[in-house]
Amino acid sequence: MFAAEDMFRSFAPHRKNSIVIVTGTCGRHWRDISDNEKRDAPLAGAMGQTTSASLGLALAQPDEKVVLFDSEGSLLMNMGILATIAGQKPNNFVHFLMDNECYATTGGQPVPNSQDIDYAGMAREAGYTAAYSFDNLEEFTNNVEKIMSEPGPVFVAMKMIPEVENEPIGRRQRRAVRPRVQAIRDLQESLGVTVSI
Amino acid sequence: MTQEQAAILEPQTLLDEFKKNGVTHVVTIPDSETNYLYELMKTQSWLTIVPASREGETFAISLGLIVGGKVPVCLIQNTGMMESGDSIRGMALDSGFPLVMVVGYRGWNRHGVITDSAARYTEPFLNAMGINYYLVEQDSDGPRISVAFEEAKANKRPVAILVGDEYHGFNRV
Repeated sequence: MFAAEDMFRSFAPHRKNSIVIVTGTCGRHWRDISDNEKRDAPLAGAMGQTTSASLGLALAQPDEKVVLFDSEGSLLMNMGILATIAGQKPNNFVHFLMDNECYATTGGQPVPNSQDIDYAGMAREAGYTAAYSFDNLEEFTNNVEKIMSEPGPVFVAMKMIPEVENEPIGRRQRRAVRPRVQAIRDLQESLGVTVSI
Repeated sequence: MTQEQAAILEPQTLLDEFKKNGVTHVVTIPDSETNYLYELMKTQSWLTIVPASREGETFAISLGLIVGGKVPVCLIQNTGMMESGDSIRGMALDSGFPLVMVVGYRGWNRHGVITDSAARYTEPFLNAMGINYYLVEQDSDGPRISVAFEEAKANKRPVAILVGDEYHGFNRV
């Protein structure tokens, strides 16, 4: 297992002009590391469906690279999306999965079959162009440049150290986030999309 | 005694309305009521079909398409719409974007007792979500689809079209 924050720091130099979408407890670190927030897309809203929304964005903008950092709890809620994505074959789509083997935000309860499930194998068999699994930072760092240059859809499963939150929700530290409407406007402006909220 | 032919809803009527309203993508899980529409859509060069694995995906895929500048519709059955509750809430209602959802009204009829619970719960479900809807049963109802698009744009909310043609021949061409 490796730390999500370290993983994002390793990924950041290879981001270039990609649109980046993050989910889950691990995803919060990206906000402190991203150097192009106008290309960070806030597509959360229903657990399991950020993956689907990211696919929609990739299909709408085939000349833009769309990079999703998904979480395993979310993917388990919407596993059919692997077939949907593979069926569309978006060559501009990179699907990272941050697998901490638990629901970190609700106290660390394990997800079903947390230690034995093979997400990369499922993506590969669903029809992704390529699929990888990493459980250490060094190996991830050595491969991320290649992964970002491959035609998609590419799937990358990563074992992340859980950052379990046990504080009652009202007592948790709140992080400042850009208003969703503003973030989508910024993204659309950078894409030259005139239809807006 | 001659029996009058029941008014029918042809797939072309929906397709014409989609084109008129600038639809670029149909995100769908086909159902038995819309199979001829699916066949017709496949032949349209201006339209992209995005098959989904579960209905909840259709609302989220549509959100991504809208953010990316496209005009999708969701084409699903009422059973799948009910499965999609949280996706409709978080990815459609809360997003602040217009979206037209075309929903096959399985079990609906206006001539007898409705025995299919899929039909019985369809309108209460939409009412609970605060989503306005229009019933389209025959070709002369087609303009209601443009009304739905205008309303969705004006209010930046989803609006539903209920295709209530199961017993009239939507599958006829």
